Amino acid sequence: MNDSLGWGAITGHILYQFIPVFAALAITFALSIWYKRKLGLYGKLFDSNIGIIGLALVLFWLYTAFFAGVFDMIATHDALDQSASMKKKLPGTPYSKLIGTVDPNAGPYYLLGGDNLGRDVFSRMIAGSIKVILIAPFATVFAFMVGITLGLPAGYYGGRFDTMLSFISNLVLAFPVILLFYLLVTPEIVLTGIPVYMAAVLFIFPIIFLVILWNSRYRQQVRKRNIYVAITLIIGLWLYLGIAWDADPMGIVGFPPNLLVVFVSVVFVNSPTVFRIVRGLALDIKTRDYVAAAQTRGEGPWYIMLWEILPNARGPLLVDFCLRIGYTTILLGTLGFFGLGLESESADWGKMIIDGRKLLSANILHIAIPPALALLSLVLGLNFLADGLREESLRD
Amino acid sequence: MSKLQEYEGPILEIDGLSISFFTRLREIPAVMDFSVEVQPGEAVGLVGESGCGKSTVALGVMQDLGVNGHIVGGTIKFKGRDLSEMSREELRDIRGNEIAMIYQEPMASLNPAMKVGKQLIEVPMIHEGIGEKEAWQRAMDVVRDVKLPDPERILKSYPHQLSGGQQQRIVIAMALMSKPSLLILDEPTTALDVTVEAAVVELVRDLGKKYGTSMLFISHNLGLVLETCDRICVMYSGEAVETGSIGDVFDRMQHPYTQALFRSIPLPGADKNARPLVAIPGNFPLPHERPPGCNFGPRCDYFEDGLCNSGTAIQMTEIEGDDRHFSRCLKFDSIDWNAPVAAAIQTQAVSKGEVVLKMDNLKKYYEVAANALFGAGGERKVVKANETLSFEARESETLAIVGESGCGKSTFAKVLMGLETATEGQITLDGNSIEQIPIEKRNTQTVADIQMVFQNPFDTLNPSMTVGRQIMRALEVFGQGESDEERHNEMMRLLDLVKLPREFAERMPRQLSGGQKQRVGIARAFAGGARIVVADEPVSALDVSVQAAVTDLLMEIQRAKKTTLLFISHDLSIVRYLSDRVMVMYLGHVVELGSTDQVFSPPYHPYTEALLSAVPIADTSVEKKHIVLEGDIPSAMNPPSGCPFQTRCRWKSEVPGALCEKEVPPMRELSNRHQIKCHLPEETLSLMEPVIKIAAE
Amino acid sequence: MGKFILRRVGVMLLTALCLTFGVFFLTNLYPNLEKLAKTQGNFRMSDEEVQTYLNNNGYLQPMVAKYGQWLGVLPGYVIEGTDGKVRAKCAERQQPVEEVDRYCGILQGNWGYSTVIKQPVAGIIVDKLALTGILMFWVMVLMVPAALVLGVMAGMREGSRLDRTLSTFSISTTATPEYVSGVLFIAVFASTAVGLKWFKGTATSAMDNVTFENFFLPVLTIAAYGMGYIARMTRASMAEVMTSQYIRTARLKGVSFYNIVVKHALRNALIAPFTVIMLQFPWLLNGVVIVETLFNYKGFGWALVLAAGNNDIELLLAISVISVLVVLITQLISDIGYVYLNPRISVT
Repeated sequence: MNDSLGWGAITGHILYQFIPVFAALAITFALSIWYKRKLGLYGKLFDSNIGIIGLALVLFWLYTAFFAGVFDMIATHDALDQSASMKKKLPGTPYSKLIGTVDPNAGPYYLLGGDNLGRDVFSRMIAGSIKVILIAPFATVFAFMVGITLGLPAGYYGGRFDTMLSFISNLVLAFPVILLFYLLVTPEIVLTGIPVYMAAVLFIFPIIFLVILWNSRYRQQVRKRNIYVAITLIIGLWLYLGIAWDADPMGIVGFPPNLLVVFVSVVFVNSPTVFRIVRGLALDIKTRDYVAAAQTRGEGPWYIMLWEILPNARGPLLVDFCLRIGYTTILLGTLGFFGLGLESESADWGKMIIDGRKLLSANILHIAIPPALALLSLVLGLNFLADGLREESLRD
Repeated sequence: MSKLQEYEGPILEIDGLSISFFTRLREIPAVMDFSVEVQPGEAVGLVGESGCGKSTVALGVMQDLGVNGHIVGGTIKFKGRDLSEMSREELRDIRGNEIAMIYQEPMASLNPAMKVGKQLIEVPMIHEGIGEKEAWQRAMDVVRDVKLPDPERILKSYPHQLSGGQQQRIVIAMALMSKPSLLILDEPTTALDVTVEAAVVELVRDLGKKYGTSMLFISHNLGLVLETCDRICVMYSGEAVETGSIGDVFDRMQHPYTQALFRSIPLPGADKNARPLVAIPGNFPLPHERPPGCNFGPRCDYFEDGLCNSGTAIQMTEIEGDDRHFSRCLKFDSIDWNAPVAAAIQTQAVSKGEVVLKMDNLKKYYEVAANALFGAGGERKVVKANETLSFEARESETLAIVGESGCGKSTFAKVLMGLETATEGQITLDGNSIEQIPIEKRNTQTVADIQMVFQNPFDTLNPSMTVGRQIMRALEVFGQGESDEERHNEMMRLLDLVKLPREFAERMPRQLSGGQKQRVGIARAFAGGARIVVADEPVSALDVSVQAAVTDLLMEIQRAKKTTLLFISHDLSIVRYLSDRVMVMYLGHVVELGSTDQVFSPPYHPYTEALLSAVPIADTSVEKKHIVLEGDIPSAMNPPSGCPFQTRCRWKSEVPGALCEKEVPPMRELSNRHQIKCHLPEETLSLMEPVIKIAAE
Repeated sequence: MGKFILRRVGVMLLTALCLTFGVFFLTNLYPNLEKLAKTQGNFRMSDEEVQTYLNNNGYLQPMVAKYGQWLGVLPGYVIEGTDGKVRAKCAERQQPVEEVDRYCGILQGNWGYSTVIKQPVAGIIVDKLALTGILMFWVMVLMVPAALVLGVMAGMREGSRLDRTLSTFSISTTATPEYVSGVLFIAVFASTAVGLKWFKGTATSAMDNVTFENFFLPVLTIAAYGMGYIARMTRASMAEVMTSQYIRTARLKGVSFYNIVVKHALRNALIAPFTVIMLQFPWLLNGVVIVETLFNYKGFGWALVLAAGNNDIELLLAISVISVLVVLITQLISDIGYVYLNPRISVT
């Protein structure tokens, strides 16, 4: 039987576990700083302290999720493995098991202690990052696709179409997010199939977006356009069938229904805000002379929206993209906090926090604090990154 | 808190001033070794192109250079005291009290959330410690001095409730509130319409005399400086290159840059064929890429290798015999200043061809919500943006469309381009009427035939696409070329056509200067072989020296391609220089139409007459008749009854029976295709005298 | 102006109708009703028993009909059940069917009966709103002045050290959701593990008697999250105003820095944040739900969680009506306030 570790040793062990992440970070930073003058806005980020810190935090979790999810590194234990003798044990307690055999590959210590069911807090925290890194950015991308595809014409055309869409988006925005989650993200709603229909509507937008994009760009070069559109449609519809309808004819692509509902609700909540931002930007940019120039040479409205307006709105959109991933992370945590849309045991930062909260009054801090700090650092990183981007894109 | 003690000697003495801005990468010198002095009651003009450092000098005097700007050498003395040695409190006492400043954008320099009166009375209350009542009384006086009607009402309104011209008068009033000894004016009229500008300039000049204020007048416009100042200082790339009295510098200039500047502006007598403008070759050097020796060297006709680029800084030299006349040129006494212009290439006038474009009774009305915020569903108002426009344009002809803001020239362009459809009337292109066909329904050929060059060079190109791709796109849309390769070659030819290096195809718009961007805009317009080009103030946002080059380019392409050019402008000098026929517009109406000679000589329409008088001309030999219009241009939302110009017309009394207020005058023909929309009887018109006279030399 | 408000109120009512119908639709989906039946009856009900129960209690009428009855524009149902008992929507406890009112929707002031708390909804809502009102009041008292001061201080000298410090602080608070900051606060300030037992980790006792000790942490938790956002807005707005030409005019008029900030910049700079503060309400509502759960304070948000978790349809509907109205009314106030703050927009 080993002795418990002291705080110094715990820190050492944790740092050791993260070595692949630090190595990846170091390589990325070295390369980026070396080539920073050639990397445009990304390179300029390295001139701003807050941008560097933000990027480091975000990349840290990205690499952690990557190494943990793909190579099964970093985590010391299985996130779901319970051990009765480890319940509520303090950080640094040596790993033991009352029933069953000790997994020989598992680490010798619970670095951040055990939770109320005797699972390793450190490993659960790492496992939680995988889910966040998988869902948050993709949900944000989808929200942007929806927001852009609807916001551009709303801002560009204005009129009745705009009034209607703005009304709908205000409708969603006036709705308290948590109430919406409580209504949407329940097993009962999954049974009705509503999430699938919502997914069917929301996920078609990226395909629409890309098809319009190619069509407007290569309207004059029919052959080129047909190739691009065909490729988009084949790949897009295949993914679409798999993800939204779970009906991939080849059976490769699929999406677990309880995760789908989480994903759909997060996209649904984020899209109206993106819509509003894009609409505002389109309203502003459409008064520029280069838009008028495009109009006077007879460009179609979608070409103007996607190739003249959208690229010039990229600065604010990029900043908002970072902020929105952070916000989505917070939303995912909120869902977990209320125990919505989760398998009962899965490792989720929000769920871990609320579980740990119950033990705070018993002076057991090590269960709630690690996931809280993990979530905090990721969101903080994204916010810093957004701030750095904003600052650097405003300069010269 | 009183004024500084009376001081014998110059009000402002700047000696060897150098100012730099410090960025993360480097130090950028903005002003170098700059010296000027302003005597009591004297007005000194500071002239130069954008980026030459003239505004920086003003901010240096105000000691308000921001976080990055620092004075790195020299002194600025105000009434004998060095401003940079003053404490913050002392400076605050001087600002607004002894030195006041007037800026370019009147709207932006007034606090939108504060009533005008409060902003005015603040000045004496801070500096002289007088009570609110007394200050209010003073404000009333000053507002009356700047000739604003109903001072009481004006003082109680918010800035946005006043027109542009009124706002600028308020800014002037604010500057005069504490009767400063020095007034700095930084392009005070650039944002205003010509006729309003003329009135403001006159006001400034008169008040300067009345209050005995010395003035530092910053402008890019030589004509304005001639009208307002006693002395002038010409700046180039951070340095003063020539300084002296107006007479000396305008008539006996001693620096090649000053000479080049004068040769590149269209003065009366310049002609696009016989006496073309001479553009200054090359580009303005960036502050961190200045050449060794003379900054103007690389662009100078008199450049001498080994002398002008020898590396040592060139000093100002006094010209013997003149009054405080200095030049920063090593060769000024060896240059023959009276030699005729050699470089200009004279060309033959091109004969005009068939009528290509015809407008017949074109009308465009808009319906707008009467109230912007709570509109939609509320009352609606009809804005008559264009009223009965009729004219013809021929092949190879340049038709100028002249007018100030709100005259309807932009609306007309939109209707012609098909971005809007006409309310009434006809536009025929080669005999086919197109006024009701919106652009998306027009065939490629029609769209390619009518193209446009836009005003603002910084806005005309898509900032996130390379120059080459933008031109390629235009070629694609106009169906030019069979393959990408062909289009690429065609794009290169277009770059050659507008005299841009071929490498520019790969550049992003932000790497180009204003003039270069405008050239790309021209290339893009001609991509589909346009036959009619609408140029909407294509050079008004460019610097003087670049204006000439871009104008000449446009003329050259027009000659080669037999293009019909519709040149929209408010600048009568350039219109006179390049156009064959002129159409003058006011509040949606065409008030005068005729050949350039007909429009620029009497009989005039009263508005044309005022417009001609308002344009500042940088030529000491020109005598102008002095006509200042009262008030501002009425809003197109709320036009006056009868003749649109009747509210400001000085001839109104000549028409019997208040006809002007009741009826819109008919368009009538005076002589050979010279049309005018005015009630004035033939006899009165024939009594009109020329506005511009060139004094016999 | 009157016309404008009228139109806004119209849009508001339409929005409220759409949203409540949305909630109504989602809560009345069959699986939800099934769950309701089982919680009301027993969990081992057969499918047929569930059907009977739902039918007898009027749950199986068409959606629109049920919605109309709830609103009070359609007469309440009177159904003779399979067990022979006649049930009417509008019947009070033990009231004979013949005497009940025809209409009994929210338009008649009848908010229904909570199936979880077993009390009339109206009473619950009033109680809970009062409790949450106290919480929100203190949140506002703490958040708004702090955020504005923070924002103005940071924005008045953009790029200075003070600005950087304050900005980093505001970014950090916006990046910290309530469930993270709440847990951290409790861990640091309310547990013996760290040793600072300054405050209480629950706010249950604050429901009877608000004290600094039991109420500060929940208030701080909500305020902190919103504060950073408002401060960022204020800073941006202030920084923009401070670089504008009219501020330069004022400076070159000889106005002192203090007066420039207070007299010239402040009003212009506060226009944008004012709108933001008002539009913060939907967000604050989230915070309320989380914090009330976290600190066990049985207010409006706590009731929302309870109602939603048990598919208590009428309570949930009442809660959504109230929260949607709160959001819409604040939007209206924000619009009107904007017009008054900004002299450039004329009201006439």
